[in-house]
Amino acid sequence: MKPARLHEFFSLLLAGILAATVGCGSSGRSSTSNSSGGSTTPVNNVQTITVNTGPTAGPPINSPAINEPFTSVTVCAPGSTSNCQTVSGILVDTGSPGLRILSSALTISLPQQTGAGGNAVVECLPFVHGFTWGPVQTADLTIAGEQAKNLPIQVIGSTTFPTIPTSCSSKGVEEDDLKSLGANGILGIGIFAQDCGDACTLTGSSNPGLYYTCSSSGCQVTTESLANQVANPVRFFATDNNGVIIDLPAVTGAEASITGSLIFGIGTQSNNALGNATVYTINPSTGDITTRFNNTNHTSFLDTGSNAIYFLDAATTGFPTCTILTFWYCPTSTQTPSATNQGANGASGTFTFTVANADTLTGSGTIGVANGLAGPNAGTFDWGLPFFFGRKVYTAIENQNTPGGLGPYWAY
Amino acid sequence: MNSTITCGILAILTLPFPLSASLGRDATSVQEDVAQMQGTLRTSSGNSYTLHEIQTPAGVAVKEYASPVGKVFAVTWKGPYHPDLRQLLGPYYDEYVQAVRTQRTQRSGRGPILIQHAGLVVEVSGHLRSFVGRAYVPQQLPAGMHVEDIR
Repeated sequence: MKPARLHEFFSLLLAGILAATVGCGSSGRSSTSNSSGGSTTPVNNVQTITVNTGPTAGPPINSPAINEPFTSVTVCAPGSTSNCQTVSGILVDTGSPGLRILSSALTISLPQQTGAGGNAVVECLPFVHGFTWGPVQTADLTIAGEQAKNLPIQVIGSTTFPTIPTSCSSKGVEEDDLKSLGANGILGIGIFAQDCGDACTLTGSSNPGLYYTCSSSGCQVTTESLANQVANPVRFFATDNNGVIIDLPAVTGAEASITGSLIFGIGTQSNNALGNATVYTINPSTGDITTRFNNTNHTSFLDTGSNAIYFLDAATTGFPTCTILTFWYCPTSTQTPSATNQGANGASGTFTFTVANADTLTGSGTIGVANGLAGPNAGTFDWGLPFFFGRKVYTAIENQNTPGGLGPYWAY
Repeated sequence: MNSTITCGILAILTLPFPLSASLGRDATSVQEDVAQMQGTLRTSSGNSYTLHEIQTPAGVAVKEYASPVGKVFAVTWKGPYHPDLRQLLGPYYDEYVQAVRTQRTQRSGRGPILIQHAGLVVEVSGHLRSFVGRAYVPQQLPAGMHVEDIR
């Protein structure tokens, strides 16, 4: 009885989808997705990104960023073309999924997502340093010519929910203002479609506790459906929604700033073909690949949100760390070690990278870009922004079809 | 069953200054960590230490290294999320958070954490869905135990 009814339901659902699809086709609006020779004008899929000292460079924070790519996004209340705001100083991060904006940088108000009992849904998202805390709200995002409508985003540090549950505040540093976050927001365009994924849909102790519902009597961990989770905006685009390309120029030494492109889609338009890039498929649960260095394998990942190449330690590499800036290497002369990246698909590629003296590179506060910036990292090989200099790096989103196969993968 | 519930209640009652904090505390606190994390425990002995491994239902693997005199001198974690670091780092948690804040203002960006104080070393790296961390008190490593053995 039950399976039969289910079958009936899905048959009806399928019929509905087919009808809707036919409806789209007959409306005279031709699809722009995946078409190479269509007559429609392609959407502008190129967003300029700038690597510079960023929004924390000046007073009152006076902590200039280095090797951090920033861009602007426009958010509107869903369906509105007037209740909108363009926010600059947003960090472009291939290491996380989802759009997050500081409430202190947001002047428009957006509708609050509600969960069980009609209570507000608030998120505690873990980062390496700690967490961001704030409500899940819904926005229409415009970036380049792309639109993500009704996108769940996190508004970080909202004054509406000032009391952080202990289970959240025990995760490290609170990154809810410009000084601690280092940006007005984060545009997470990594390999995952949602920030938490299936784990947050589970009940009980298997739920990692990223989403809460909050009322006047406090906050409680809640389940959050995939559709409601803070999502990779690219998955919400009508076209060019299978991944992104980060295209940055080569950098020699240190510079004040550089500009490059964030290109949406892989193989969906004439400007985002995969070409002869090598595809490195990624472990779909951890989001990692493997880096082989000095005959030893290490867990590794590519991440525009990390500002240097972070790997191993002084004892293993022979590169001394800097005296004060102990999180960077300070070799007396510039070094060019070699490493091999390996995908889960067996693809493998050897390359050299630069390790220069970080004290020399970052001596001036006006420097916003530095090739050769590297530092120790006990747990993983973190290929931060310098890896992207002079490369076109493709990030394909999980379960998405591309000319290079199914995501997730990195290609370059 | 009853003892688990009691431990859970104890942990809740003692927040925000849990007695059950681990690093630098007695190994007896491991049981309270297991209760707090709702995890399962496996204990094994090395040459100079006892290893307590906690697996949480959310997929985080926590290891606590205790010396022959029963003091936890090192902890590690690996998994899609962070464990409760206030619980795990115990009396060292505030020092850790303050050190991360200081590192952040020195242009280190959002990269991995490397805190190397005389009495506390903490290393955290990875990204959402794949974090690793290690913390230890250098002076409390048992004789014959090397830092590389903590992993």
